[in-house]
Amino acid sequence: MLSVSALSKRFGSRVAVDGVAFQIRSGETVGFLGPNGAGKTTTLAMISGLLTPDAGLVLLNGQPVTGDAGATKCRIGLVPQDLALYDELSAWSNLQLFGGLYGVPRDLLAQRATAVLELVGLADRLHDRVGGFSGGMKRRLNIAGALLHDPPLILLDEPTVGVDPQSRNAIFENIEELKRRGKTLLYTTHYMEEAERLCDRILIIDHGRIVADDTPHGLYARLPASREVLVDLERPVVGVDLLAKLATIPGVVVAQPSARGLRIEVNDFGAALARCLELIAADGATVQTVQAGRVSLERVFMALTGHGLRDAAADRDTS
Amino acid sequence: MRLRAIIALVRTDLQLFRGDRRAVVVGVLVPILIAAFFGYVFGGSGARDDAGKMAVAVVNEDAVPLAAEIVAALAADPLLNTRSTSRAEAETLVRTGQVPVAVRLPAHFSDAAVGAFFTGRGKPRVELLVDPSNRMSGQVVEGLLTEHAMQLVSKAAMSGPDTDAQIAQRIAELAASSDAEVPQRAELKSLLESVQRLNARTRADGGPPAGGIQRGLTIPYDVEVRPLSGPANVPYNSYAHSFAGMTVQFILVSGIDAGVVLLLMRSRGIWQRFRSAPLARWQLLVARALSTTLIGLFQFVLVYAAAFAIFHVRIQGSVLGFAAVALSFCVMNATFGLMLASIGRSAGVTRGLATMATLLLVMVGGAWVPSFVFPAWLQTVSLASPVRWAVDGLDAMTWRGLGLDAALMPVAVLLVTAMACLAISLWRFRWEE
Repeated sequence: MLSVSALSKRFGSRVAVDGVAFQIRSGETVGFLGPNGAGKTTTLAMISGLLTPDAGLVLLNGQPVTGDAGATKCRIGLVPQDLALYDELSAWSNLQLFGGLYGVPRDLLAQRATAVLELVGLADRLHDRVGGFSGGMKRRLNIAGALLHDPPLILLDEPTVGVDPQSRNAIFENIEELKRRGKTLLYTTHYMEEAERLCDRILIIDHGRIVADDTPHGLYARLPASREVLVDLERPVVGVDLLAKLATIPGVVVAQPSARGLRIEVNDFGAALARCLELIAADGATVQTVQAGRVSLERVFMALTGHGLRDAAADRDTS
Repeated sequence: MRLRAIIALVRTDLQLFRGDRRAVVVGVLVPILIAAFFGYVFGGSGARDDAGKMAVAVVNEDAVPLAAEIVAALAADPLLNTRSTSRAEAETLVRTGQVPVAVRLPAHFSDAAVGAFFTGRGKPRVELLVDPSNRMSGQVVEGLLTEHAMQLVSKAAMSGPDTDAQIAQRIAELAASSDAEVPQRAELKSLLESVQRLNARTRADGGPPAGGIQRGLTIPYDVEVRPLSGPANVPYNSYAHSFAGMTVQFILVSGIDAGVVLLLMRSRGIWQRFRSAPLARWQLLVARALSTTLIGLFQFVLVYAAAFAIFHVRIQGSVLGFAAVALSFCVMNATFGLMLASIGRSAGVTRGLATMATLLLVMVGGAWVPSFVFPAWLQTVSLASPVRWAVDGLDAMTWRGLGLDAALMPVAVLLVTAMACLAISLWRFRWEE
């Protein structure tokens, strides 16, 4: 449905996006991740027609997304990172404007407004002033504003920024509902767990280039170990000898001290985990709790993009 | 679809304006208050007794009735608002700017003035204390004092109760003087003797005649002042001009605000919504121009409603011309704001420059004081300000009472300016960041 090829954008001497290329199939939900200043928002701006690329092409169903009033734009719904709402107006007045911008006929507009407000759980706040809404409600109305013209492709630029857990969960449910309705979603976020929960595929961008394009399962497969064991000890002081012994156990990839004891990455929980606990007991340590689970995708992200801070590079592309 | 987007944008702008009480107050109430103030200062609606009168302090140190008659004549003058004071108080009043001018008639003024009437010798010295920031008032008062004093002194000199004795004394003085001292001695003696005979005949006839020399010397003509400010018998209402100026000024300020808001909008998420929508640049600009025009007209109607209802301003000329000037100014104002937004880099800098430009346009355009008080070169320069055309057009349709044809030129200039501003906006407006 969406084809992005060799997309590039430069701001002065800084290259913000450098030959980005990917495709999204109809009905697919794709996560778009990257550190601050990696080029996410610039890429999204070019896809949605906010910015003209220096090079490359964005095609939606084979049609280029160009020109201010291009008909292709009607097939895209953008949920901007900054709240795109008038606080001074009611939810209805805001939706009236957004519908008008896309040429939604008056008789259809009321029907659509009711439907999108029901989707985001704000149907009873239609005539309330947006200035009186909570941050989470505004975020949900921000999403509703992009749905009025019923676009098949929806671009969401960090839709959960600054909201409480309840509102975030509500937004997740909205997005899952959109998925069920067959919408194609490109979801920009900083949070791997959001992408893991919502997305069929994940794109990771850094320094303006795509460094990973895979399913969550495929990304996990890139890790040397897929399981993680957290061992809390009564006295969380671990000797170098014990760490060295743990590292020699077959199946153990990483053994390192943690704040409350030990953190061990293993390929499977079977024999390796039992042997680890034996060695810990033999070393005289008292185990209080053991937590076992899957390694976070965050580790993939950090492995691909590094640990350095990116704030300085984020002067233009803030996401 | 394109029209639908424009309607949606215009409706939103109007809703935002309606919800912004500060904008309504600044755009409607403030111009009414300031126009009311200026209108009052410059004469009001013509009903006020002291409208346009000049305050004068009068110090009369002469005990003779002639001086009191001169003071009374000054008090009765329609151009003056006199108050009698002491010399010290008069000086304080002028020094502190409470009155622009004070007149002092010294002791023995009457005798000396009558004595000097025929001989020109021993003239009394009348003191005029003048505020240096308002010398014109001094000149006006000097002229009026001359008129009244000349009439009363000449009357006293030629037909007063002591005239015969005084004339006899003057004749005796002439007889005692030499030709070198008084070159026209014989002619002057003859004139004085003629006055003696005229007064004697008048007394014999039973009293002074209705006119002639018995009333003293008067200005040899009458002046008929005919205000050409509209249809006959309608007094000039200075609120009409002040409302024109202030309405134009504050609508212009609103227009600039609309332009600056467009610049501010760039940094808001709503801008991304506009940019991602199938909205052309011209649609956004035209919608903005339309909404600002409608808001300007709304302000116009409310401010002039107050002018009509409270300050008795009337459209004495063409109603159609008035409406055309109002509409064309509001269109010009809207496109002017757009142009500023198109060439401005940031909201802060643009607001500063726009405010300066507006003040210049308003000042030079005669919105504060009528442009006819400007020097000739400035009057020519002011033609470059659309404000001048708007104010002149409104003046023409209100207190000047001119017809539709007088509105055509202002309307044409305003619309051409609007076209130019719109063209620059379409050319320079930055859609992308």
